[in-house]
Amino acid sequence: MSWLTKFLTSSIGRKLIMSLTGLFLVLFLIVHLAGNLQLLINDQGATFNAYAYTMTHNPLIKFIAYGNYFFILLHAVQGILLAIKNRQAKGSKYAVSTNKTASWASKNMALLGILIFAFLCIHMGDFWFKMKFTDIPMVAVEGLDYKVANLYSKVEASFAQWWIVLIYLIGLLALAYHLQHGFQSAFQTLGLNHKKYTPLIHSLGRIFSIVLPLGYAIIPILYLGNSMGWWTWFG
Amino acid sequence: MKLDAKIPAGSLAEKWTKYRSTMDLVAPNNKRRIDVIVVGTGLAGAAAAATLGELGYNVKAFTFHDSPRRAHSIAAQGGINAAKNYQNDGDSVYRLFYDTIKGGDYRSREANVHRLAEVSRDIIDQCVAQGVPFAREYGGLLANRSFGGVQVSRTFYARGQTGQQLLLGAYQALSRQISTGSVEMYNRHEMLDLVKIDGKARGIIARNLLTGKVERFAAHCVVLATGGYGNVFYLSTNAMGSNVTAAWRAVRRGALMANPCYTQIHPTCVPVSGEYQSKLTLMSESLRNDGRVWVPKKLEDAEAIRQGKKTGLDIPEEDRDYYLERRYPAFGNLVPRDVASRAAKVACDEGNGVAPTGLAVFLDFASAIQRYGKSRAHSAGMHNPNKETITKLGKEVIKEKYGNLFQMYEKISGENPYEYPMKIYPAVHYTMGGLWVDYNLETNVPGLFALGEANFSDHGANRLGASALMQGLADGYFVIPYTIGQFLSKEIRTPKIETSAPEFAEAEKAIETQLQKLIDIKGNQSVESFHRRLGKIMWEYCGMSRNAEGLKKARTMIRELRDEFWKDVFVPGTVDEFNPELEKAGRVADFMELGEVMILDALDRNESCGGHFREEHKTAEGEALRRDEEYAYVAAWEWDEKEPKMYKEELSFDNVELKTRSYK
Amino acid sequence: MKLTLKVWRQDNTQDKGRFETHQVVANEHMSFLEMMDVLNESLIAEKKVPVAFEHDCREGICGTCNMVINGRPHGPQKGTTVCQLHMRAFKDGDTIVIEPWRATAFPVIKDLVVDRSAFDRIIEAGGYISVNTGQAQDANAIPIEKDLSSQAFDAATCIGCGACVAACPNGSAMLFTSAKVAHLGLLPQGKVESSKRVQSMVSQMDEEGFGLCSNTGACEAECPKEISIVNIAMLNREYMSSVLGSKVTV
Repeated sequence: MSWLTKFLTSSIGRKLIMSLTGLFLVLFLIVHLAGNLQLLINDQGATFNAYAYTMTHNPLIKFIAYGNYFFILLHAVQGILLAIKNRQAKGSKYAVSTNKTASWASKNMALLGILIFAFLCIHMGDFWFKMKFTDIPMVAVEGLDYKVANLYSKVEASFAQWWIVLIYLIGLLALAYHLQHGFQSAFQTLGLNHKKYTPLIHSLGRIFSIVLPLGYAIIPILYLGNSMGWWTWFG
Repeated sequence: MKLDAKIPAGSLAEKWTKYRSTMDLVAPNNKRRIDVIVVGTGLAGAAAAATLGELGYNVKAFTFHDSPRRAHSIAAQGGINAAKNYQNDGDSVYRLFYDTIKGGDYRSREANVHRLAEVSRDIIDQCVAQGVPFAREYGGLLANRSFGGVQVSRTFYARGQTGQQLLLGAYQALSRQISTGSVEMYNRHEMLDLVKIDGKARGIIARNLLTGKVERFAAHCVVLATGGYGNVFYLSTNAMGSNVTAAWRAVRRGALMANPCYTQIHPTCVPVSGEYQSKLTLMSESLRNDGRVWVPKKLEDAEAIRQGKKTGLDIPEEDRDYYLERRYPAFGNLVPRDVASRAAKVACDEGNGVAPTGLAVFLDFASAIQRYGKSRAHSAGMHNPNKETITKLGKEVIKEKYGNLFQMYEKISGENPYEYPMKIYPAVHYTMGGLWVDYNLETNVPGLFALGEANFSDHGANRLGASALMQGLADGYFVIPYTIGQFLSKEIRTPKIETSAPEFAEAEKAIETQLQKLIDIKGNQSVESFHRRLGKIMWEYCGMSRNAEGLKKARTMIRELRDEFWKDVFVPGTVDEFNPELEKAGRVADFMELGEVMILDALDRNESCGGHFREEHKTAEGEALRRDEEYAYVAAWEWDEKEPKMYKEELSFDNVELKTRSYK
Repeated sequence: MKLTLKVWRQDNTQDKGRFETHQVVANEHMSFLEMMDVLNESLIAEKKVPVAFEHDCREGICGTCNMVINGRPHGPQKGTTVCQLHMRAFKDGDTIVIEPWRATAFPVIKDLVVDRSAFDRIIEAGGYISVNTGQAQDANAIPIEKDLSSQAFDAATCIGCGACVAACPNGSAMLFTSAKVAHLGLLPQGKVESSKRVQSMVSQMDEEGFGLCSNTGACEAECPKEISIVNIAMLNREYMSSVLGSKVTV
């Protein structure tokens, strides 16, 4: 075995892969949220549709997007393999179990990961798949000399259904817990644990684990409320 | 039999250097063909096995534990002495030598002790190089502290767990040799017999504790580093597994047991709280720097405390007897271990004990708390601090100094020692006696060596604090690797010893028979109950103070107990399985034989010295009275079921003058 | 106090094992192991086989004793080994469930006794400083910063009991391994061979079948010597820099 394969298949090497892909996905979450928040602009989706068009047509972004899919898969597959390996290493479980010593999230990362992955499949099927492989009506956007797909209308339609919103909220809750442990854990795996900086990383992790899912959650809730007539956000 | 200590000629200071340079050597190519068995992996055993492995011998190391790292050396708290003179306070090899001889009440060999003091310096160097994290000063250099009975700071320490760190150093050195293949490690193997061929030690019989199988192991020589026998008293600060079996089986094969009556009773241990008690826990000697020892003056106060109607806090100052300060004004609470222990026993015997069992005295930090509190308030610029502030600050200082010990005490006793005075009582801690060895650490059986607490060599009748670790490592790292050559250099033509020899078969058979016999008795009493009864006899009659009448009575009692054991013990399970009760049964059987020899030795030694106090021999003030004219000898006992026999090795003192120890 | 004990009994490694229920009368001054002694004495009185459990120093330093008590390695008290745990921590009428360390790399030998020899093999792989007896220079030749020495000490206090593995939901031995890597790697004497050490030890740890660390922190919470997972971060760092940054390959 070469040193590199040995490293990548060693316990620490495999954790390193989880850590690096995880941190990349956190970055993606930030960017994706920034883009999605354009759905809150009251312009009948003009900005959002233009943005969606760029994201699907810019070659560089497309390249990064494929990288992103790859990392998601790598993170998920590696995560599942590690969970299986760890289950084998533990052998049998204790008759009495206690949650006093480790957070629930930290012990259920695989479960949370599976939930998030399932959510991702639904999410991708709902938007990405439909945009790629079905016909979405095209609309003209002011300032552009070509027409773009009206993804906004798709979003509006989806989030008018309460059960889709519910699925999103469950997915985001899982994400919150996953981040709560995953963010700081990634730094620990990278060997970054320092008396002075680790408390900052922990706080940042807690903030991320609340703000990111909350930011995502606002969108479906607002749309649902809007369509139900609970409030009027969009004229 | 004439005991020849084989002390080399020459002046005291040059003996070892000269001897080492003229000793017979074994060439490297021959070392590869020589097998050495080391039994025990504590400080002495692990150090010896590692070093012999480094030198190129084929070593087989044995421990009954699941890992060599569990040996009881690990529990030593205080520190390790070395004549480094890093503190520039006038320490030297000679001074360490002198303190050790004097502390041992002039009952050890000058030459051995001087060698110990010489190599003490190398030990510290070696341990630091191995990564032992000794305490350091802010400048990055090693720190020292002082210990009982000496006037210099020569004790190196690693918090309150020096033994642990030193043992891990030796364990790691051993692990390195295991990984190179020069040491073959046998965990969970208990030595049950010594095999002699043509009078020389050539192997052992050991039981694989996992499978129960009795196995043979052969070598050119055998090194025992199997620790002390304090557990003969049942309750001691020793680990539950510490036992005399390996050494005792060697005695049964002709090795001599020297000075078995010398037992160190440590004055500051957490007292016994009930019948179920399985072991005693030591509280470091360092506590006596600040704690004041006392008992109530009035018997009725003591009685009220025992019944829980009063606590130490209820006794006014004038009704307290600070008996150490009263009896020994010069040293006060810091008298040596043997003196402090006996004084506690006297106080309790007079009815002043303060635990429900009647066996405890107070170790009180209240005045130290006030003293430190005032001083800290002063340095903080408080001119008129109130009592609460002083107490609060004082407790902080005490916590910084002894926090871990106080915490340990509270865990065990459930009482807060910052509020209530600690209760302490003496407990068996260390045994100075052991297998008789000459200057080469070789027993009277050729090819059988004994190291560390298992031998009798360096501490005389009383061991000074922080000297046990020093001796174990000195023997293992710096003495045996050289002196073993004196024997092995004559064995280079001896072919590999084969376990097929009839002597092995005979020994194996005998052990199998004995094990089966223990199982087959199928009596009604547990091994533990016999051990407890043995301990009571030993503690009562051969403990802190002894007299001829009691000792004679105890001998009869022990013999009766032994007979009863072999008739009525119950050992569950079978021989061919993992069976901790069977292991224990064999060990208790050996303790019962050893106990008799201890009693005989105590009876023979018609004087008081160090850890051995004969009530018939004391001064008018009740202090120990030595009789140098008659008893300046080592008593080495040969086992015999009917009447053990004693051989003498006369001690000669050419470099120190024999004086009476006084702490008044 | 009257207690109900549910104790794990398993005749040997192959046996499936089961819980056995016993009643014990104890008092609050007893240590937990003394309470177990009482149980065993009563079993012996009934001519039954006593519960096998390991113990030795009974003062919290040898690392021999090991039991999971009500789901927690070494019981409910922080920074305490089983032998230091006293019955004051329990109430009259309590039911106490006692199990062995559970991890595939620590197979059960009998009842509560497990095989922890994997730890020895991890140390043998490199948990030492390669210095022969007699080679050392003067002990004060290399000054070591007090704080650094103290940090190394914190890691060196590991007693090798295996509670970290027992507590870890993944059966990982990272805390144990990292404590030794940190102890030796922090000291100048040990730095010399730290590249080789860390790779050898991690590779041995992996071979023994321990799980992977997922940073749950359960090990640190249950460690009787309160060894910090800061050491695990250091191990990760040392390992990566050794594999990726040095010429050493093990």
